[in-house]
Amino acid sequence: MDLPFSTPAGPDARSAFEASVMRHLDAAYGLARWLARNEQDAEDVVQEAVLRAYRFFGGFRGGDARVWLLAIVRNTFYTLRAAAPAPSAHDAFDETLHGGEDGAPDPETLLARAADAERLRAALARLPAEYREVLVLREFEECSYKEIAAITQLKIGTVMSRLARARERLARCLLEPAAEASP
Amino acid sequence: MNCEEARVLLHAYLDDELDAAASLAMAQHLAGCAGCTQRYRGHARLQQALRDPALRVSAPAALRARLAARLPAPQPAARAARRWPALAAALAAALALTVTLATWQTLRPRAPAGDALVAEAVSGHVRALLAEHLLDVPSSDQHTVKPWFDGRLDYAPQVKDLVAEGFPLAGGRLDVLDGRRVAALVYRRHRHVINLYQWPAADGETGTRERDGYRVVQWNEDGMHYLAVSDAAAADLDAFVRAFRGASAAGAEPAR
Repeated sequence: MDLPFSTPAGPDARSAFEASVMRHLDAAYGLARWLARNEQDAEDVVQEAVLRAYRFFGGFRGGDARVWLLAIVRNTFYTLRAAAPAPSAHDAFDETLHGGEDGAPDPETLLARAADAERLRAALARLPAEYREVLVLREFEECSYKEIAAITQLKIGTVMSRLARARERLARCLLEPAAEASP
Repeated sequence: MNCEEARVLLHAYLDDELDAAASLAMAQHLAGCAGCTQRYRGHARLQQALRDPALRVSAPAALRARLAARLPAPQPAARAARRWPALAAALAAALALTVTLATWQTLRPRAPAGDALVAEAVSGHVRALLAEHLLDVPSSDQHTVKPWFDGRLDYAPQVKDLVAEGFPLAGGRLDVLDGRRVAALVYRRHRHVINLYQWPAADGETGTRERDGYRVVQWNEDGMHYLAVSDAAAADLDAFVRAFRGASAAGAEPAR
């Protein structure tokens, strides 16, 4: 049985929090920024998440502080988003692997398009949140599937298939002629 | 392995997440399948492109500084006393109380909705004091505080000037209650802080409760639900509620 929760209050707790959690602030902000898609909301999310993390730090049982913090950031984002006006229509996405495209993406075209960081950024921003988050965790934070599973509370198999869909969707977005061609 | 399987597994292969046997099967499939090889190359290049440092963001220095200032410092009471004398006592009390509250929240079975909301509001009040995240917009001017919420909320909160009644406005902030973003106005009464939460709701629970030494008053008015929390004397908080309900709002009359 767990001991009763204790809240950090002394200088030791604050230093411990800074040493183990605050050093992952860039990762926290990176995830929040890509989820929220704008700076102001990302800052709100990170601020709320860090205050929550501090509040629950007494209950943190060790392990990977980065994974722990990223999970809190993610939960905070969805909590705040649930409080905000309804998400835009393109956030809803059918789980079928594929729409129309049959052939494999042409590597050369893909490379040329992806080399344009702005274009890549825009394509990534247009993905639904559940695809964005696994891609950001995998490619930017270089999380393992196991870590992504812990952060998103998905099964490892689901992480794999979602990443596959996310990348196919991203590739398709990049290959679309016009950026506004989103349904 | 067929192409349909390979289509999903090639991502795990790319991420080096397959076990040895699956890895080998994948490599063998790729060796004999031009279509999958092309797909694999495309995704490998996409992954490479995503590693571009231009796509990374770091936490803004201002956010970092703000958080550092808001986390309780090693000597919270002394530090707060220097910066914000009126809050020092409340802060010390809040520190002691958080332990109680947190323990209570961990051990107690889930309370009914009304209780949970009150507990959350009290906890938000305490957290705001504890973390020095009391104000996002420090201003005693209702015509500054009200517009600050524009674009941050999907409703316009009522902000009233109660200085004549002895409750100066200290400012406002965004908070989260019951999973929704809400406006919190901060008023003062002598050494005490009053947090007034409000959000659109026609039929919220009303009445007065005590929780952990905090008094909570709730009421509904003009389609808005109000929840006031404070450790001020009961009579003071009740007077605040009467004053707020009786006063005219910012925007209800010309500014000057």
